[in-house]
Amino acid sequence: MAYIAMATGFILILIGFFGALTNRNILRMIVAFTVADTGVNMVIVAMGYMHGRTAPILDVAVSAAQAAARIIDPVPQALVLTAIVIGVGVTALMLAYTYKLYEKKRTLDIAQFTELKW
Amino acid sequence: MVKRITVLLLLIGIGAIFAALLLGYTPDSELNYTARYYADNTVKDTGAANIVAAIVVTYRGLDTLGEVTVLFLAAAIVGLVLASSSHPQGRMRRDRPASGELLVIGARLLVPLIMLLGVYVFVNGHLTPGGGFQGGAILASGALLMLLGDPLKKFSHRLISMVESLSGLVFVGMGLLGFLYAGGFLDNRVLPLGTLGDLLSAGAIPIIYSFVGLKVGAEFSSMLVNLSGTEEL
Repeated sequence: MAYIAMATGFILILIGFFGALTNRNILRMIVAFTVADTGVNMVIVAMGYMHGRTAPILDVAVSAAQAAARIIDPVPQALVLTAIVIGVGVTALMLAYTYKLYEKKRTLDIAQFTELKW
Repeated sequence: MVKRITVLLLLIGIGAIFAALLLGYTPDSELNYTARYYADNTVKDTGAANIVAAIVVTYRGLDTLGEVTVLFLAAAIVGLVLASSSHPQGRMRRDRPASGELLVIGARLLVPLIMLLGVYVFVNGHLTPGGGFQGGAILASGALLMLLGDPLKKFSHRLISMVESLSGLVFVGMGLLGFLYAGGFLDNRVLPLGTLGDLLSAGAIPIIYSFVGLKVGAEFSSMLVNLSGTEEL
């Protein structure tokens, strides 16, 4: 199970990189970055998974005394919680800058932006 | 053509690294040292049933404060970048087609329910899978539905920024109270820990997480409003 989730995450990262490197349209590149972002999150969450254990939330079923034997690793989940939120912020920033670029050049083709080319 | 081949070679290289990582990976059968500490001591230290929430709000509370700051910066920069573009409202009004009866009525019905769900998710953050960030995102999705129903809807920027700065102040204020009345910055034991599983338990965690939820919701909403306010070029 952890292997499937982790392999899916890695594949998503590769798809994202492929999309970001081959697409010329800036919007498509942003979508590709988001896909890669999701892949990274999946890999990190899969790393904390342990077979036969439950979510790190204590209730009637999982008492505090037996928590260490029954729950999966909560640290990757806390990390991914942070990563998802920052990902949203980064995506919004990219979209805003894209709007400005389009306003300037009236095109979204990355090949038209040659100022920083060398 | 050369570019394609370079990209493919690069991807094959990264793929090989990933494959090596995947093949060399063996899942742990025991919790590692850090996770074991959290599993054993969360209830004693914080009184929260959701260990992830305890880590995010109390153990690593300073990181969360930094994260909220990064999010605030992102929202502020989106506003700054998009504010300098001109958007004449008159032309938009003529160009935009109406949203349609179904969407308008549906939004009117659903928005209060979505907002209620968002509030539920962040108020119960210390008990159930959920919390401030998730609840805030749900609040913002309610705002998005409102925007879809009426693209020209005016959101009060003053209200949004007031909610935002007030929640930020409460977050930092609760953290400073931790200095005075408990073990240190962002210590949640300024309030009684209560019994495990009650809504009013886990000290300051529900309060901090609720205000984080309001703050995140306000920030996401302001991003959405700014992005939707851009003129069609």
